[in-house]
Amino acid sequence: MTDRVCVVGAGAIGSLFAAHLARVCEVSVLCRRAEHAQALRRDGLRVSGRHDFHVSVEAGVSAAELAEPWLVIVATKAAGLEGAVRALAGHWPGAAVMTVLNGLGAERVVRAHGSWPLISAVTFMSGTKHSDTHVEYILDTETWLGPWEDTPFALVQRAHDAIVAGGLEAEALPDLRPAQWSKLIFNATVNGVAALTGLRHDFHFAEGPLGELVHDLVDEGKAVARAADVPLHDDPWEMNVLATKRGHAHYPSMLEDVDRGRPTEVELINGSLVREARERDVPLPLHEAVYALVRGREASYA
Amino acid sequence: MRVCVVGCGAVGSLFAANLAQLDDVEVWAYDLARDHVDAINEYGLRLSGAGEIRSRPRATADAGELPACDFGIVATKAMHTSAAVAAAAHAFRDGCVASVQNGIGNEEAIAEHVARVIRGTTFPAGKLVEPGHVQWDVKGDTTLGPFEPQPAPQDEIERLADACTRGGMPTRAVSDARGPQWRKLIFNAATNPLGALTRLTHGRVCERPDLRALVTGLVDEGKAVAGAQGIGLDADPEELIDHAARRDVAYEHKASMLQDVEAKRATEVDFLNGGIVRFGREHGVPTPLNGAIWALVKGLEASWTS
Repeated sequence: MTDRVCVVGAGAIGSLFAAHLARVCEVSVLCRRAEHAQALRRDGLRVSGRHDFHVSVEAGVSAAELAEPWLVIVATKAAGLEGAVRALAGHWPGAAVMTVLNGLGAERVVRAHGSWPLISAVTFMSGTKHSDTHVEYILDTETWLGPWEDTPFALVQRAHDAIVAGGLEAEALPDLRPAQWSKLIFNATVNGVAALTGLRHDFHFAEGPLGELVHDLVDEGKAVARAADVPLHDDPWEMNVLATKRGHAHYPSMLEDVDRGRPTEVELINGSLVREARERDVPLPLHEAVYALVRGREASYA
Repeated sequence: MRVCVVGCGAVGSLFAANLAQLDDVEVWAYDLARDHVDAINEYGLRLSGAGEIRSRPRATADAGELPACDFGIVATKAMHTSAAVAAAAHAFRDGCVASVQNGIGNEEAIAEHVARVIRGTTFPAGKLVEPGHVQWDVKGDTTLGPFEPQPAPQDEIERLADACTRGGMPTRAVSDARGPQWRKLIFNAATNPLGALTRLTHGRVCERPDLRALVTGLVDEGKAVAGAQGIGLDADPEELIDHAARRDVAYEHKASMLQDVEAKRATEVDFLNGGIVRFGREHGVPTPLNGAIWALVKGLEASWTS
């Protein structure tokens, strides 16, 4: 078995995985744009911020150009997932595929295109992509990973060990759903409120009237998790309070999207939570409101 | 009769210009915008659009110049009520003061400075085009009634309503003015902030089923709070909302709160959704959606200085 890892979708998160893993194994990057792949082959990847180093990587725009890896890390945005996975269909039968997307349901999209063993992951690290070949590592928080369906835990453990060896924080869990749901509730709440208010994730989210709203949104999310029989790995309210005390106000991706007039991940994030609630007849009035408002905000671009 | 309009923006100018056409009414306009005041004193106050008027109220930016008045008509933005009325209060020692402002809580603020208060709601709208010139967009009725804790005498309310009507602003004096006020409050609180948060016009908010459902959720909370106070609405806000969403009515209208957000000006949300939440709390009626919308708009305001 080779030691090669392929990263699909080299935004900030994908670039951070690719660069760190390239310190301990061979890494290829499957890009959507030919210029991106060219730049990576020519210049490699630079990491600044919490870590500071430079690595060489392989890159291409189709799976056929790249040697078969043992692990594929899919780190596209929600909107790019379907296209990226279609490009993998029929390739690399021996690989495992790990999805690191916001929201729920990415695994099902991948499964529709192949029978690879799947690893579910959520990440709390963050970065800013300054160019196709330069990413700044901002929050060095963990990535959590776990098996999807009957994927052997040993495979999860191997992916975890590679990520940690590369210098990133990670935790392998026998069941990821408690972590996934913690993050889903956290993201639906914090991203939605940030996108609507224009506030970065700062103290406003943990105190006063907006803090109360955030707390109530988290409570609604917890009720859905209870109805789905998922015990939460972390309390999303505590995650929120902790994040606002880091001294660095994170710029949530949904706010960034709204600021730039781009489509957001509201369907994958808030939409997932709302649909899980509707399936189980759990009333979710505040999240329904946030979901409708963010979708309305997207409609205002046109 | 002497009337002072406190806050002579668009709505205040509609009252001042119309009343100043009457021979038996002396009108003063008190406003802090010195260019507007100077233009009124030099060229008169001009309305165009739904009605063409040029009349000559006396304007001042210095409350100290105001003589004793029989009536005040307060038309400031809701968050300026207290400061404006405090400055002008000496002119109303023997007079009665009416609010024709948006939202709920203005009469309470006026009553801290003035003994006899009139609860009012007005539907005409316009915008300031340039100093001394207001575009009159929509004609509409005004309702005046006693502010229950510190009421003006009913015959005084009728005297002011009569003057407004004769001047060209149709006004009814009623014994309970809360119905029209809550109807307008509920309409505004259910629609303005959704436009402000999404940047959509009134019609575009209403044609999205998920947002229209949110509007209904907000209306229902407002109706419950009105009901708990024994207030009967004089019309169903839902029908008014759907009527306004028609393409030939106000489909393309940007709510004033959206205009405030685009200009990064403080909004009146404390007196709209915030008012519904406060009165709901006093009467034991839960208002989670209005609370959420209030918090989001306050967060939006905070983002301009964060």
